[in-house]
Amino acid sequence: MTETVETSTPLGRPIKRKEDAKLLHGRTNWTDNIQLPGTLHMAILRSPFAHANITKLDVSGALQQPNVVAAYGADELGDLNGSVPCVWPVTDDIVMPDFPSLAKGKVRHVGDCVAVVLATDAKHAADALEAIDVEYEPLDAIVDMEAALAPDSPALHEEAGTNKCYVYNLGGGYDDAKAKADVVVKRRFINQRLIPAFMEPRSVVAAPMGMSDEITVWSSTQIPHILRVLIALVTGIPENNLRIVAPDVGGGFGGKLQIYREEILVTQIARKLGRPVKWTESRSEDMVATHHGRDQIQDIEIAATKDGTLLGLKVDLIANMGAYLQIITPGTPLLGMFMYPAIYKMDAYDFQCTGVFTSTTPTDAYRGAGRPEATYAIERIIDELAAELDMDPMALRQRNWITHEEFPYTTVAGLTYDTGNYEAATAKALDLFGMDELRAEQKQRRESGDPVQLGIGISTFTEMCGLAPSRTLGALKYVAGGWEHATIRMLPTGKVELITGTSPHGQGHETAWSQIAASILGIGVEDIEVVHGDTGRAPYGMDTYGSRSLAVGGQAIKKAADNLIEKATVIAAHQLECSPGDLEFADGQFSVKGDPEKAQPLAAVAFEAFTAHNLPDGVEPTLQGEATVDPEDFSFPHGTHLAAMEVDTDTGRVTVRKYVAVDDVGVQVNPMIVEGQVHGGLAQGIAQALYEGAFYDEDGLPLNANLSTYLIPAAPDLPSFITDRTETPSTTHPLGTKGVGEAGTIASTPAIINGIVDALRPLGVTDVAMPATPMTVWKTIQAAKGGQA
Amino acid sequence: MIPATFGYTRASTIDDAVAALASSDDAKVLGGGQSLLPVLRLRLNAPELVVDCSGIDEIKSIDGSGDRVVIGSGATHHAVMNDPAVTSSVPLLAQATATVADPQIRHRGTVGGALAHADPRADQPPVALALDAEFTIAGPGGRRTVPAAEFFVGPFETAVGEDELLVSASFPKYDGWGSHYEKFNRTAQAWSIVGVGAAVRMDSGSIAEARIGLANVGGTPMRASATEQALVGASSMAEIEAACAQAADGLEPFADEDADVEFRKHLVRVLTKRAVARAAGISS
Ligand SMILES: Cc1cc2nc3c(=O)[nH]c(=O)nc-3n(C[C@H](O)[C@H](O)[C@H](O)COP(=O)(O)OP(=O)(O)OC[C@H]3O[C@@H](n4cnc5c(N)ncnc54)[C@H](O)[C@@H]3O)c2cc1C
Repeated sequence: MTETVETSTPLGRPIKRKEDAKLLHGRTNWTDNIQLPGTLHMAILRSPFAHANITKLDVSGALQQPNVVAAYGADELGDLNGSVPCVWPVTDDIVMPDFPSLAKGKVRHVGDCVAVVLATDAKHAADALEAIDVEYEPLDAIVDMEAALAPDSPALHEEAGTNKCYVYNLGGGYDDAKAKADVVVKRRFINQRLIPAFMEPRSVVAAPMGMSDEITVWSSTQIPHILRVLIALVTGIPENNLRIVAPDVGGGFGGKLQIYREEILVTQIARKLGRPVKWTESRSEDMVATHHGRDQIQDIEIAATKDGTLLGLKVDLIANMGAYLQIITPGTPLLGMFMYPAIYKMDAYDFQCTGVFTSTTPTDAYRGAGRPEATYAIERIIDELAAELDMDPMALRQRNWITHEEFPYTTVAGLTYDTGNYEAATAKALDLFGMDELRAEQKQRRESGDPVQLGIGISTFTEMCGLAPSRTLGALKYVAGGWEHATIRMLPTGKVELITGTSPHGQGHETAWSQIAASILGIGVEDIEVVHGDTGRAPYGMDTYGSRSLAVGGQAIKKAADNLIEKATVIAAHQLECSPGDLEFADGQFSVKGDPEKAQPLAAVAFEAFTAHNLPDGVEPTLQGEATVDPEDFSFPHGTHLAAMEVDTDTGRVTVRKYVAVDDVGVQVNPMIVEGQVHGGLAQGIAQALYEGAFYDEDGLPLNANLSTYLIPAAPDLPSFITDRTETPSTTHPLGTKGVGEAGTIASTPAIINGIVDALRPLGVTDVAMPATPMTVWKTIQAAKGGQA
Repeated sequence: MIPATFGYTRASTIDDAVAALASSDDAKVLGGGQSLLPVLRLRLNAPELVVDCSGIDEIKSIDGSGDRVVIGSGATHHAVMNDPAVTSSVPLLAQATATVADPQIRHRGTVGGALAHADPRADQPPVALALDAEFTIAGPGGRRTVPAAEFFVGPFETAVGEDELLVSASFPKYDGWGSHYEKFNRTAQAWSIVGVGAAVRMDSGSIAEARIGLANVGGTPMRASATEQALVGASSMAEIEAACAQAADGLEPFADEDADVEFRKHLVRVLTKRAVARAAGISS
């Protein structure tokens, strides 16, 4: 084997992102920018009702409108009205109702698709919707999850006869643990519904490609590869004739980890009419038709001894599926199932989750997907237990967490955490936070009766990411694998194409992947082109979600680069007339050990491999390395987040005064990108705590499905985050990396709410609902005061 | 979304604009477009003709040379909040304007547009009301002047007729007054849940005269007249608080996701106290 010599490589450097110049100069290729001759624009008539029978639908009026070429309801579309698939039937007896792209006789949420119009321009398509004759017979909306589960509730899907989608159980033994406990704390938390609200609205273009049988679909998606399989299955278009391209994609957060009805409709209609078809959603559509996230009722109970040793945990969830099952709707809450025990040692864990249908927008993965909900509930109840035991909440955590000597550690939920160092991350966070001064100020404010109270919120989180070992996914009934592919191809001129199956949509993969490959190949980051998001150019992949791209895709890149060097070594040895074992490879150059004058750069080897004039026997021309890697396990980033929260008790306004996040994401390929992911994640997690929440009235009408009332925080609403990292390399991932995409979102929500509750606990407050708006906080204070009086 | 089809004409003088408005039964003035365009794009309104007045130079000036500060309806929020005549003689208007939306919107949107739009949540109308602004309106019959007390008629409804153009709003000068606009919203760029504008004239440490306007507590901006009276003579926080305890009396605010009636009234009291105290420079 060749020896690799230590060099200074781009790995681990905060180099600027390759993709940014293009973004900043507006040279981005969004799906909506794609202009194909002869394109028809699709507009969608959506249900204004949460639940109604369609008693009349006549699209013929639309056909009379200017520039209109076609109009379809479910009847007119017939067999082309494909159903949206769900790939995660979590139990054998799960109820999986049909989810037609265009509603068949009944609409089940505001925004459900009723009919479409195709016109030669987008405006006339939108205008013509008004000429569709549609009548509805409204039915009772099904909004409240518990009411939906009651036996007398009308069923949203009549043929199912129930709104219960599934019941999933895990674990056991909690009752025995509870019997031994001195203290039991029980809480109900509401993890409210959120809207992904990515910056680029969804857009899809499908075009039959001229003389060939190929249909190309450009979509603003996170998952071009999975989409290709699913569109092929739904439409019957042979997969080999389908090419899916995710051009530049402006954010996803899980919201574009989906096969949407609009993608099916656009593809089918393009095929039917033999013309390109485009659809781009308005923000108003996005807010009701892009899948939502979270939305769980969490009943959680924890049992401990009086000295604060945890004995067991019981979790009973009701998870809102919304009106239909989308790609992984039922599995999303179960991604959190393993994470309730978090970093804590205990003997017993009972988990149950009931999925329920309601007449609301379907839910599915949203940044963190199941894990933020779990982390929220456990980190909140740990604080409540600490209060009950009159213990310092950090001391309670320290007493129960897995110490760094105990790794690898198999949790009560059955996961084996490879590494971690909660002590180190916590020590660093406490140091940056100035806990003692803040506690002193808190005491002083309490004593002086200051209307602005101070609270300290803790979240010592971990998560599982890097989805995922394929066998584990199989055991969970997920119908796909979790591997990832990379091909690294040396071109004759010494440039490199790095083909990845991950599909970035803002994360900076082009830079980070180049750094990994460049550091192994000893070439410049700028000499590498990262090819992604196009099944025509990057045929294999499992795409980007669940903080998997580096954790899994990064391994594939490393292995592909190693494979490439292995082949290059054989060629170089032949050229330099030595045996491969005599060569060393450093800084992009092969040289003979002990005779550095005898050397050949990798680029020269690539050219030899291209001309193939002088290759060793049995070595094939061209130089490339490929690898498809199935990860050994999930990866388990962790960290300690601390929030100092000011609460104005006169108005209920809450301000994040100081926020410290120390994350351990293992080895960092590019610390600047890590920093960006942490910041964005924190903003999203804090947003759940304080700002965001999608709500419905009792008729199932959305109350705030627009960006002037569904509030997303911007820079002025957030503090200057204080961030740092500890670096405990993953032992199951060859680069030592973990994942960072979701960490901030998962960690921050409970830190914020714990801080608010801590500020108000002397007033008798033991919980604050999310989002903790001024009115909510003020009313909570009033109620607590009333309770005390 | 994409607006429904509308006609478009660009006026370059006030007379042009008035003529264009008269040419259609269903015309709308376009100022900075920051409120009108969302309305059109959501198809909440589909006028036949849009008369773009953003190119009329006569309505862009801000003139403080006389005994009032006359603000052309086409002056942008950005221009208003930075104009020396406004900041020195009508500081409350500058302060309220600085809280409107974000810098991009403030560079496009106009004060005239905001006043004519009369969104109950808007921050400048209560200031115009409290400070006794006067509005000059041009129409087919010529020009007329309307006092603030008669200008705001209801939600999104003012004394400006469908065929009229708001030309300017003029404010008396409040040199030497203390003022503060207290905006309460959930994110920095969100609309007011409640906004309170307060201007006070101090005389040897106590309040001699107070003017208070309230945003988003009803269909139109409101003036807290009884509180204004009660504040006369106040010189301590306790006196201000006592006077402001009645600030929400008689209001019939609506309820929404951000505030029910009880919370909104509570906010009116707390925020009025804070706005007055800041305006008066009294902290204890
Ligand atoms: C995201 C966002 C946030 C905002 N936040 C706030 C906020 O926090 N506080 C706040 O007060 N405002 C806020 N606004 C509104 C902003 O102040 C607008 O600029 C203002 O309301 C309208 O001014 P405009 O010049 O853009 O008017 P336009 O949008 O052009 O017109 C608005 C209406 O006024 C009429 N109009 C305009 N000019 C005249 C005229 N000269 N004569 C007669 N009629 C006229 C139009 O016909 C139309 O009906 C916000 C707007 C946006 C988009």
